[in-house]
Amino acid sequence: MASALINVPARARRGDIIEIKTLMSHIMETGYRHTASGDVVPRDIVTSFTCRHNGTEIFRADLFPAIAANPFITFFTTATESGRFEFEWIGDRGFSQTASAPITVE
Amino acid sequence: MRRRGIALVMLAVAYRAVLPIHANEIPQTERRSGFGFMAPDTQAMQSDDTVNPGTLWVLDGEALWNGKVGSADKACADCHTDARETMKGVAARYPAFDKARGRPVDLEQRINLCRTDHQQATPLPYESRDLLALTAFVARHSRGMPIEGGSDPRLEPFVAKGRELFMRRQGQLNLGCANCHDDNWDKRLAGSAITQAHPTGYPLYRLEWQSLGSLQRRLRACIAGIRAQAYDYGAPELVELELYLMSRARGMTIETPAVRP
Amino acid sequence: MHQPDDSTRRRFLGLAGGAAVFGTVPVGAFRPAGATPAMLTSAIRHIAGEATVRTGKVKLDIPPLVENGNTVPITVSVASPMTPDDHVTSIHVFNEKNPQPNVGNFHLGPHAGRAQISTRIRLADSQKIVAIARMSDGSFWSASADVVVTLAACTEEVI
Repeated sequence: MASALINVPARARRGDIIEIKTLMSHIMETGYRHTASGDVVPRDIVTSFTCRHNGTEIFRADLFPAIAANPFITFFTTATESGRFEFEWIGDRGFSQTASAPITVE
Repeated sequence: MRRRGIALVMLAVAYRAVLPIHANEIPQTERRSGFGFMAPDTQAMQSDDTVNPGTLWVLDGEALWNGKVGSADKACADCHTDARETMKGVAARYPAFDKARGRPVDLEQRINLCRTDHQQATPLPYESRDLLALTAFVARHSRGMPIEGGSDPRLEPFVAKGRELFMRRQGQLNLGCANCHDDNWDKRLAGSAITQAHPTGYPLYRLEWQSLGSLQRRLRACIAGIRAQAYDYGAPELVELELYLMSRARGMTIETPAVRP
Repeated sequence: MHQPDDSTRRRFLGLAGGAAVFGTVPVGAFRPAGATPAMLTSAIRHIAGEATVRTGKVKLDIPPLVENGNTVPITVSVASPMTPDDHVTSIHVFNEKNPQPNVGNFHLGPHAGRAQISTRIRLADSQKIVAIARMSDGSFWSASADVVVTLAACTEEVI
């Protein structure tokens, strides 16, 4: 199942500042909703998003229930060398998901 | 024809008796998609596939299209090959007349009929993620194309039924769809714009739902909103309403997967 | 309820859709707002410690009138040369009236190039949003915006 949509330029020149856009599928249940019978619906959110380039962390986000469902996060990085971006989402109840995208830097 | 003549007269009488005198269908040239009623930020969410949450379902749908299911162990792709060619324009002419059943079926029903008839698989529940994903994937291939809903002459009596449902006052608030969507579009209701109710982008990502959802889901929510009893998913009334709405929007452009507030 | 004319056809097409979807779907888009301005201040203190948070350098892009509080696009950008000696190390977003004051913390690497993030957030009510940037020299800068949130009409309930 496609759970994440990553947008990274496939190629860039060294030193270019590139934008990385990520969109992933997650309900981000806040923990503040109630069922019709009055029970709290337990919190179930992504709590952390990390991006690494060739193993080195280049961006990290701590997420709270105020982040909308299907979390959308964009950020910038400088193109340094060819390789791979690795993305990881970690959340409640042991949630863990990864994705990756290659980049060629000239 | 004569029955239709009588029905029209009765409708006219009902109009005069119950609805305001200017309860007219929107002139063709004044029709606007719900897209135009949205704030620029929400429009931007729809216009770029890389940020449109509906894309997640379209991608899921593509995977399902290629996956073998059922005791026939067949994928949609096995019969329909490349969706970019075979599914082009399909959603634009749905709901379509189903000869075997002698009545219209919508795209979700068509997909389930394919599953049971050709893949020997169980039908997917309405509003399930898989059915939404497949519907979004198929409908995505009509994006940019004009709606042709209801042009099949065999659908005429069902379009008329859908129109009657659209015009009929119902529920505790005694409102008909037309009261808001024909007579008062572009005014605001509780802070939100009242649109003309053209289903140009279904299934769509509704911010209120925080999920992709079908036209039937939207209709059921609207009907519950006017405090009337909503029809069950798959009810003939909902398909007739879908059919009428698509024929009312004929010529407008498909936007699936749209984003709406 | 609307009784079907042809019950075999309805059963075939109807499936388990109705019951399955709305068996235990949570109700209530309306949450009680629990946070207070005091919680907001305290959350900011937690990040900034005793340092003075100055206004400036930070730009907070958020629609002043939001169509649906469930999904509000926001972009925070900070004016900074983003050099090893002078850069933004993190951006923190807070709210005033959601049940809790934190929205997200965004940690930038040394090669970020541009200190700008975008995301989509939830807002339970019309309120103030605050974005704070921590700089490499230990200083803190902020911007805030007031947002009016309207809820969708005919809000969907469990049906």
